[in-house]
Amino acid sequence: MANDKDLIRLHDVHKTYHLGEVDVKVLKGISLSILQGEMVALMGASGSGKSTLMNILGCLDRPSSGEYWLGGKLVSGMSPNQRALVRNQQMGFVFQNFNLLPRTSALENVMMPLNYTPTHISRRQGKKRAVAMLELVGLGERMDHHPSQLSGGQQQRVAIARALINNPPLLFADEPTGNLDSKTSREVLEMFGRINQQENITIIIVTHDANIAKVAPRVIRISDGVIVDGAFEGQPEPAAAGGGR
Amino acid sequence: MIYFLTSLPLMMMRTFRTAVVALRRNLMRAVLTTLGIIIGIAAVIATVEIGGGVSRAIQASIADFGANNLIIIPGAASSGSHNWGEGSQLTLTADDALMIGEQSDAVHTVVPVVQTAGQVVTDDGHNWQMNQIVGTTTEYLDVRNWHDFQEGGMFTDLDLRNAARVCVIGDTLDRELFGGRTAVGKQVRIQGVALTVIGVLKAKGGDLFGNDQDNILIAPWRTIKFRLSNKAGADAVTTATGGLNTAMNSLNNLFPTGGQPLYPERSDIQLADAPAPIRFSNINLIQVTAKSADDVPAATAQIDTILRTTHRLRADQASDFQIHTMQEVSQILGTITGLLTLLLLSVAAISLVVGGVGIMNIMLVSVTERTREIGLRMSVGARGRDILLQFLVESVMLCGAGGALGILLGELASWLAVTKLMGWPAGFSPLAVAVAFGVSAAVGITFGFYPAWKASRLDPIEALRYE
Repeated sequence: MANDKDLIRLHDVHKTYHLGEVDVKVLKGISLSILQGEMVALMGASGSGKSTLMNILGCLDRPSSGEYWLGGKLVSGMSPNQRALVRNQQMGFVFQNFNLLPRTSALENVMMPLNYTPTHISRRQGKKRAVAMLELVGLGERMDHHPSQLSGGQQQRVAIARALINNPPLLFADEPTGNLDSKTSREVLEMFGRINQQENITIIIVTHDANIAKVAPRVIRISDGVIVDGAFEGQPEPAAAGGGR
Repeated sequence: MIYFLTSLPLMMMRTFRTAVVALRRNLMRAVLTTLGIIIGIAAVIATVEIGGGVSRAIQASIADFGANNLIIIPGAASSGSHNWGEGSQLTLTADDALMIGEQSDAVHTVVPVVQTAGQVVTDDGHNWQMNQIVGTTTEYLDVRNWHDFQEGGMFTDLDLRNAARVCVIGDTLDRELFGGRTAVGKQVRIQGVALTVIGVLKAKGGDLFGNDQDNILIAPWRTIKFRLSNKAGADAVTTATGGLNTAMNSLNNLFPTGGQPLYPERSDIQLADAPAPIRFSNINLIQVTAKSADDVPAATAQIDTILRTTHRLRADQASDFQIHTMQEVSQILGTITGLLTLLLLSVAAISLVVGGVGIMNIMLVSVTERTREIGLRMSVGARGRDILLQFLVESVMLCGAGGALGILLGELASWLAVTKLMGWPAGFSPLAVAVAFGVSAAVGITFGFYPAWKASRLDPIEALRYE
């Protein structure tokens, strides 16, 4: 069912939380595949399990059962330290609330993930790379600014530059426009499109907003712990509808 | 594991930079937090160095008194079951002193000492009660390590032989009797015997036990022994010489004492033949200087042998004298100052613990405050041990910087207290500095570990969501 071009392949993934004596089944048998270079929107209402799915895809959490293959490697069996390495090398995160380090320059923020790379990158090299990334997101002029001196859109662009510093094949964006006005939202989404096109980076945007999901060629819909739509590439694109609050 | 070891320096470098950046973000708080450590370490340094200064000051004043000095006093007299205590027996003579000087090679200087007490009166009616009237030889001041005179000088060997009526006085006596006027050349009377002041010593201050060392009058020992009449001096002659002193006359007819006869009566021929008559010459004590502090034990042993021989003591007989060295005093004082330093150190150690708790507290606050940052770092690939190390390094750096500042502060305090205020010999103690630095780093690790461990155990998802 999956081919070698699959970047991500999930097979029958379950996630159950044990809250006291009650077992809460959040994911009930998720199977999906995503190709290298795709731009995908992961949509679902709050409580649908989309955040849990994203955490598993982002190697922040591990499934209770099922298999998760990333780039041909079985991630679901890895130790926490191995998963940390995967997060560092293979993926970048962009969050709704930017999560930049306060009182730290944009440049330092972008360079932060380099602290955790296993291979040595000299400070000069790292700086060069960070500058390139900031120029890519159009912030070449504001490298020394602190987050408090940047607008929301600029902060999110710094976060995107940070996510790309290690040249990952995969980028997660968790409600990336949730804290932005519609104009800057559009700019940020356009930037995702450009990065996806130019750098051939797979982008997964997690959102509850159908308008945002629209920018992605493919939408995976999740509801009540199961995927209702778009689990495999090539399935018919559904009309933008539903979801949201 | 090999990867871990080879990447360790790199990891440490990155971690240090991250810690510096994190601490700089909250500089004021970092400084305030560190205050506990700063004060604790400063207290340790100051305590150790001031303690060292005190003990050096004590050593110095012992050395001033004569660290090489030994004092030989006669043994205890006893009759029946009653013991009159140390020094009550009359067994030491000036000849013993001579003998020690000739025969012991560990000894540098030997002086016999005759002590007495009494009222000293000047011609114009000033008077002063003395309890340190010392009869001795010309080398006495060498033994006391006391060489400077305000005016005049020491009596000579000739004065000694002639039992000349001269004396040297201390600063206190000079002030009390002459009060600013020249003392040299004036006469003072002790028990009716007039002595001419030929020298005034420079002030020396209190001794180890606070006794005024300047309240002193020094004269040739024969002068004190045979011209002055009192218990310590002439009485000894009486008891020792028994019936021999029935026909004595006083050389000092100007001030008849009505007391003790001084010399056995001798003919003119005898006087011409032997100007310094043979006398019974019990003395109160003998002061000895060893060649060096290291020679003190050898000197003690030699003196013991010499005196036992000259006193004709059998092997089974107890010595009729006792030898005291300043080393005993020095040891006792060393123990006391050591204990005091230890006491102060433990107080300082408590303040270090308090400071460490402060560090732990603020690190816990910091971990809570930066939960989102920890989550973020984990999401970009930080492992639990990276986070642990980061917070541990932060707390160690806090403590290390606090330790460094504390060392500076402590050095300043000890310099002010020891050198400036007290004038004691200053003492930079490299050991104290090293220990203080080590302790502050240890405090950082000990009290930083729990918060760092707590941070490393955070769940990245929870941490990222933390508000």
